[in-house]
Amino acid sequence: MYGLGILKGFRVTLKNFIRKPFTVQYPEERLKQAPRFRGQEFVWYEERCTGCASCAKYCPLGIIRIVTDPDGGDEQEGGSYKIDVFDIDQGRCMYCGLCVEACPYDALHMGSTFEGAQATRADLVITMEVLKERPKHPSTWFRPQLEQAGVDPFGGAPVEWEDAGREAFAWHPKRLQAESKSGPEGSPPASAEGSPPGGGGG
Amino acid sequence: MGGPTGGLEGNAFYRVVYGVVVEDLGWEPWLAYLIAAMVIILIVVNGALALGTLYTWFERRVLGRFQGRLGPNRTGPFGLLQPIADAIKLMFKEDIVPRGADRLVFSLAPVVMLVPTLLVLAVIPFGKGSFLADLNIGVLYIVAVGGITTIAVLMAGYASANKFATFGSMRAVAMVVSYEIPLVMALLGVTLLAASMSVVAIVEAQHLPYLLVAPLGAFVFLTAISAELNRNPFDVLEAESELVAGYLTEYSGMKYGVFMLAEFTNTIVAGAIFAVLFLQGWQGPGLSWLGSQVGFLSFLDTGAVRQIESHAWFLAKVGLFAFVATWVRATLPRLRIDQILALAWKVLFPLSMLNVLVLAVEVIVWPEPSAGELGIMAAINWAVAGAAIFAAARLVSLSTPARGLGPVAAVEAR
Amino acid sequence: MTLRTEPVVVSIGPHHPSTHGVFRMRLTFDGENIVDAEPVIGYLHRGTEKLAEERQYTQVITLTDRLDYVSSMTSNQAFVLSCEKLIGLDVPDRGMYLRVIASELQRIVSHLIGVGFFLQELGGFGGTALMYAFRERERILDLFEMLCGARITVSYARIGGVFADAPADFWPALRRVLDDLPGYTDELEALVFESEIVQARTKGVSVIDPVLAVNASLTGPVLRGSGVAWDWRKAAPYDVYDRVDFDVPVGENGDNYDRFWVRIQEVRQSLRIVEQCVVQIEPGPVRATDAMLFRPPPGEAYVPTESPKGELGFYLVSDGSIAPYRCHVRAPSFINLSLFKEMLVGWKLADAIVSLGSLDFNMGEVDR
Repeated sequence: MYGLGILKGFRVTLKNFIRKPFTVQYPEERLKQAPRFRGQEFVWYEERCTGCASCAKYCPLGIIRIVTDPDGGDEQEGGSYKIDVFDIDQGRCMYCGLCVEACPYDALHMGSTFEGAQATRADLVITMEVLKERPKHPSTWFRPQLEQAGVDPFGGAPVEWEDAGREAFAWHPKRLQAESKSGPEGSPPASAEGSPPGGGGG
Repeated sequence: MGGPTGGLEGNAFYRVVYGVVVEDLGWEPWLAYLIAAMVIILIVVNGALALGTLYTWFERRVLGRFQGRLGPNRTGPFGLLQPIADAIKLMFKEDIVPRGADRLVFSLAPVVMLVPTLLVLAVIPFGKGSFLADLNIGVLYIVAVGGITTIAVLMAGYASANKFATFGSMRAVAMVVSYEIPLVMALLGVTLLAASMSVVAIVEAQHLPYLLVAPLGAFVFLTAISAELNRNPFDVLEAESELVAGYLTEYSGMKYGVFMLAEFTNTIVAGAIFAVLFLQGWQGPGLSWLGSQVGFLSFLDTGAVRQIESHAWFLAKVGLFAFVATWVRATLPRLRIDQILALAWKVLFPLSMLNVLVLAVEVIVWPEPSAGELGIMAAINWAVAGAAIFAAARLVSLSTPARGLGPVAAVEAR
Repeated sequence: MTLRTEPVVVSIGPHHPSTHGVFRMRLTFDGENIVDAEPVIGYLHRGTEKLAEERQYTQVITLTDRLDYVSSMTSNQAFVLSCEKLIGLDVPDRGMYLRVIASELQRIVSHLIGVGFFLQELGGFGGTALMYAFRERERILDLFEMLCGARITVSYARIGGVFADAPADFWPALRRVLDDLPGYTDELEALVFESEIVQARTKGVSVIDPVLAVNASLTGPVLRGSGVAWDWRKAAPYDVYDRVDFDVPVGENGDNYDRFWVRIQEVRQSLRIVEQCVVQIEPGPVRATDAMLFRPPPGEAYVPTESPKGELGFYLVSDGSIAPYRCHVRAPSFINLSLFKEMLVGWKLADAIVSLGSLDFNMGEVDR
């Protein structure tokens, strides 16, 4: 009444005039992103991937394309498919992360960047070669093991494929292969001889 | 006035030019007048437009701070080059004229908008002895010329052949015509106090700022001038949430730019009017006053220092007005058109009448008020203003009238 | 001589600054007065219900993010609740608490946006109120990013709980937000609640009669603004709403001001709920099952939930396959538009925009 309410409003705005702005001047300053941020630059470990295509099946938009060679892999021996094509069409991706959630071998991880503008739609498709070469800075989204290990996707050290898994993954065929080539050192002996649990991988 | 020199006699610059042209070179006096007037016009017009351009930046920066952000800060230091970037962008935009538009009127409207804004500047004193024309009917001139912008808005709205634009221009006519009356009444109070319509004389008569002497008049003037300027809370002509851009909806490119320039320059001009009529204009204490008071600083008490000081005071007062205008914009929502008209006729008009009445009585009692007598008048006027605003808030309701048309009438209307 | 006048039809939207996306109203004017109003919708139709029929239940969660895109958490929650009823899953306590915390934070976000745009449409404050609302919203969105890696399209809830427990640094961050938010809300209230202009513009405008509101199945703050204390969180508590204490604010007159007032009050109630949840929550599992693929028994399920806009529910029919046979969305935004004409006719253009803002609908949900 009597314009006092309006005067109150003037006080509020004046208070904010004196206060420091809450906005962030983007290219120079950046908000601190959360480690779980689901962003671009999918991290993919070819050593862990068996080509099972769970990610492709669970993608709500069907933008992951995987082609495997029927003769190339050792899937009959419990190994993995030989992957010919692994394309992710980021142009249509909505970064829901269901592919990452579906991956039974923790081979695919979300990335953390958001500045992947490209000139054409075709450039937005990331191929297996690109995925292989990318620096491995996985987001901790749906990866409690990375969260517990304190992985920092922003400026932290890259995560090696051995450390990206939920379990020791001693039963993982590729792991066994790699060990037989490089020698037994470094492998956890207790579970290395254990029977393959096959949980989720069957 | 009289003679070929128009209203320039008191102008300091004119006296210098006159000295050189007539007394030293022995040329005709009218030549001195022409040269002086042209140079002053050049400075005033470009200065005003530059200030208006700067104000676009100022308002965005200040509004940004009111809202907890920075505002434009990318182009140049503190984003100062932003208006230039905007102008370049607007110049390169396609100049679209809608198919159904009245091309001539459509193109003419921005010009009609800008010219009166600049014309008003003719009678504004920017500093001690620094003005273009000391018209003895200066206040009347301000009101008369300032009213032309309404026609520009109507032209733009009509010529656009757009329903939103028509809405905007119709609102403009209803609103601006209504607010002219309280505006004129508020100015009448000032002329009563100063016993002159000459703007220079009004400034010199203000031993005390008329903002303090006639607070009610200042309040009515500020409210009415923000309606004239189409600023919050009276920005119904553009009302971006209702009318997209109101009468500007169909404008693009530099025509739009001229409209915006005119609007922002208008605010600066309104600030200038408020400064000279209510804030003592160029007057104010400064270094020269210090020089006249303190003995060893007397070297400061020179004409040049006084000149610079007076201009600085004037600009500072305009800047203050600009800041307050932005503050109002950041704080107040928009009124509805019927409430705006109700405010003009039910509140501001009686208040301005009361203001004139009280001032008239006081002027009869103290015909040539000194600073002390102005103080007494101020005390009385503040009491009257408080009581009047209190009474207005109690008695007048701006709240919604009953529904205009019921659903049945609606069907019939179709 | 009499001047002949005729009503003017103005199409406001789908491209208009204040029609909440791509809503279109066909308004007939007599001068500034509205004599007829007709909503035109469908510009954002994406076929969500049909898309849901061709996706597994888990995948549909990502679609619900995009229904009411300023309130994804509550949409997620409503969908998984129906799924859990269909499947017959029991959700662990911690999962339910996390869902409620997230949903209530989301309610604050949604109401802040609703109030912010309502005030923006009232004439802007030059955008000040909206900026203040967004400042508070950003704080909560930061929490969402910590919780689930996304700010808007969260996909946080999963059938049987939530996808993962909150990270350790979430709780102190939540505490800070809970401490700051009441002050922010006070500031917003001081700016607008007592402002005479806001009151003159909104009080008594577009009154919705409570009987009419109930008959038109209005829900949410629009119904409560009309004075009907109806809230699914009280009427049929889901998750842990029966374990927390909160009030249902109701308006008196059912005008624009009351609808707006109710939203601000609900922000305070939501803060209360979150405060209680933070105290009550205990360690434990957050998810009943890690499965992503479900084959619910044939049947149907519908769980009404109280989204920020009103009653939101997913009517799911299962034929025993991995995807729903039918997924109908009871979208509150859409149904709250049913009294559109009654609200607007007789008022002015400026009121129409504000009344629209007071409904706080979301085109993603209206058109689906």
